Amino acid sequence: MQIYRSHVLVCGGTGCTSSNSGKIIEEFEVQLKNNKLENEVKVIKTGCFGLCAQGPIVVVYPEGSMYTMVKPEDVKEIVEEHLLKGRIVRRLLLSDIQTEEDTSAKSLEKVDFFKRQLRIALRNCGIINPEDINEYIAYDGYKALAKVLTEMEPEEVIDTIKKSGLRGRGGGGFPTGLKWEFAAKSQDDIKYVCCNADEGDPGAFMDRSILEGDPHSVIEAMIIAGYAIGANQGFIYVRAEYPIAVKRLDIAIKQAREYGLLGEDIFGTGFSFDIELRLGAGAFVCGEETALMTSIEGKRGEPRPRPPFPAVKGLWQKPTLLNNVETYANIPVIILKGPEWFASIGTEKSKGTKVFAVGGKINNTGLVEIPMGTTLREVIYDIGGGIPNGKKFKAAQTGGPSGGCIPASHIDTPIEYDTLVQLGSMMGSGGLIVMDEDTCMVDIAKFFLEFTVDESCGKCPPCRIGTKRMLEILERITGGKGEEGDIEKLEILAKNIKASALCGLGQTAPNPVLSTLRYFRDEYEAHVRDKKCPAGVCKSMMHYVINAELCKSCGICARNCPVKCISGQRGVPYVIDQDKCIKCGTCMEKCPFKAIFKNV
Amino acid sequence: MKSITELEAIRKKALEQMSVRNQDVRMRVVVGMATCGIAAGARPVMNAFLEELKRRNINDVKVTMTGCIGACRLEPIVEVVDEKGEKVTYVKMTAEKAARVVAEHIVNGRVCLDYTIGAEEKNK
Ligand SMILES: Cc1cc2nc3c(=O)[nH]c(=O)nc-3n(C[C@H](O)[C@H](O)[C@H](O)COP(=O)(O)O)c2cc1C
Ligand code: SF4
Ligand code: SF4
Ligand code: SF4
Ligand code: FES
Ligand code: FES
Repeated sequence: MQIYRSHVLVCGGTGCTSSNSGKIIEEFEVQLKNNKLENEVKVIKTGCFGLCAQGPIVVVYPEGSMYTMVKPEDVKEIVEEHLLKGRIVRRLLLSDIQTEEDTSAKSLEKVDFFKRQLRIALRNCGIINPEDINEYIAYDGYKALAKVLTEMEPEEVIDTIKKSGLRGRGGGGFPTGLKWEFAAKSQDDIKYVCCNADEGDPGAFMDRSILEGDPHSVIEAMIIAGYAIGANQGFIYVRAEYPIAVKRLDIAIKQAREYGLLGEDIFGTGFSFDIELRLGAGAFVCGEETALMTSIEGKRGEPRPRPPFPAVKGLWQKPTLLNNVETYANIPVIILKGPEWFASIGTEKSKGTKVFAVGGKINNTGLVEIPMGTTLREVIYDIGGGIPNGKKFKAAQTGGPSGGCIPASHIDTPIEYDTLVQLGSMMGSGGLIVMDEDTCMVDIAKFFLEFTVDESCGKCPPCRIGTKRMLEILERITGGKGEEGDIEKLEILAKNIKASALCGLGQTAPNPVLSTLRYFRDEYEAHVRDKKCPAGVCKSMMHYVINAELCKSCGICARNCPVKCISGQRGVPYVIDQDKCIKCGTCMEKCPFKAIFKNV
Repeated sequence: MKSITELEAIRKKALEQMSVRNQDVRMRVVVGMATCGIAAGARPVMNAFLEELKRRNINDVKVTMTGCIGACRLEPIVEVVDEKGEKVTYVKMTAEKAARVVAEHIVNGRVCLDYTIGAEEKNK
């Protein structure tokens, strides 16, 4: 085996891969050969670093210099300057560290984005090569499994998880240790361990990133769970739209089998466990636990009433433990560092950390892992780098289609399961969409409801018909045709659907509407009563106008208008024919004299 | 996998290969690798450091490179930087000298005064 003097880590996460990191790896190989460095420098493909907006990311060790937005053309310079001569290519460093004096800086830790985070579930993402089991083992991988199998009784394992205070990261926040205990107590000779890697929330990609960046942590945790509850077979249900995650899981399972970490008689203890992958077709409802299991059984993924809960009757009517990807990723660390350590992080009722996929109107979109209890302000301003273009923060949407909005007035609320629920939102799986003053809250509610209507499985009428009715009302309101009484109708429908839908999808579908009504009722009212969209988003209610005094009649707007609805002549201000205008906004963008305004 | 010892052996070996990514650094060896440094033989010097450290199983000392220090006539130049940032600059290095620096300075904490820039200046 060979020791390399330098390791070049290139992000192979979905974000960076789609911005061409594969090409960067190829280019490194070419350039290293050209400079005869191929035996000195090793190129490694990793999982997501979390800073996807700045991708593709390249980190060069031993300096730990993080290069961002790297293009294949930049590789030659990195090789010739940094790897050959030891000169950091400053122009490619993250802007907030470009001016640092110390060129051999441990740049990663210096970046604000990472400084405030505590990475437990993401501990190996962007650090190891996910396709090499040895790298996982190097960072204490499978050590927790060894400890559990050789030193602990199943009850002790469950006790450890209970003491840690870990709660499910897939949405509901149910205490994980308790769930394990229920599954362990169910008497049956066959039991199953399941991993929910369906991740259907729009805007969420933390589970995908864990699977892509550190698949073994989930596998190790599932074997531990199998031992704890007395199961010998596991299933990972992952959506087929995640091809990189599927591929890495596949490789990881094969490597674990080769090493005898999956299969018969693990560590010579007589315990056997194996895992199979099941691909989902990407229906949101298949993330719901009973639908997910029906889908694994090969049937159409429709929910069924609970109880019986999966811990009693799950897959093929056998006791089944189902946890989320991120929930599992925490397990090995809890075993190795102890439940007290884990419970010391976070808040009274929400222990540990939570990974959020931060997106929307924020500078550093990407993945962040923060201790529970961190405030929204810290996430948005300290880690996320604030709102672009000096705009004002308006609200953050959490919990996806099952959640709601947290308005700016609550920006200092600590983020944890219970505070979010009190605010009418929820943790959900960790999507966090930041909205600025230009966002219309009615439009946002409509967006999530459109999603629910599309994804409803149709099995029960409240969800199938009720959400459709709600959507129709929202469409009317945003279309400028809202009627008195619409808001009240929305509220009644919402209450009824929540109370009568069969599964969690329908039961939570009205949440985005209810929470925006709670904090932004005036916006709904402005739409209905004044036929105005205060944020200037709903097209039916706004128009573009040319200010006659500012217009220099240059004609640029008219030439750029796609429907040719602007007319005028030299010396006379131009005018827009409102009936023909499709409100594309091009004219406003192009006018060199800022003479065109959006009128709401 | 039949035993924990087996797992531990894999862990050790993999960790050794990944040691370059370890950021717990006790000391840094910085080799001048600009054009004149390379021309004067900095590359074998750097390799000698790497090999010597590996041979002795020292994982918390990193070998990195730097550009032109501005004293080309003294190349190959190597700086050994300790935790506190104290620097010792060795000049006109060779692979043999590198081995001695590892043994004396890095392992035993005794600076090899006769290779330092000060000694060289005095000899003039
Ligand atoms: C409509 C719907 C969709 C869901 N989608 C997911 C999902 O994509 N991933 C997930 O882990 N849990 C999802 N859940 C929650 C799961 O049903 C289940 O509670 C969770 O996977 C349990 O794991 P945990 O206790 O580790 O969170 C969904 C629930 C509902 C009602
Ligand atoms: S609530 Fe909606 S998704 Fe759930 S079972 Fe009923 S129709 Fe299907
Ligand atoms: S581009 Fe602006 S200044 Fe020129 S004609 Fe249009 S509105 Fe007037
Ligand atoms: S908004 Fe678009 S369609 Fe309307 S006038 Fe301007 S360019 Fe033409
Ligand atoms: S995919 Fe590369 S940083 Fe997220
Ligand atoms: S290149 Fe080494 S001192 Fe100038």
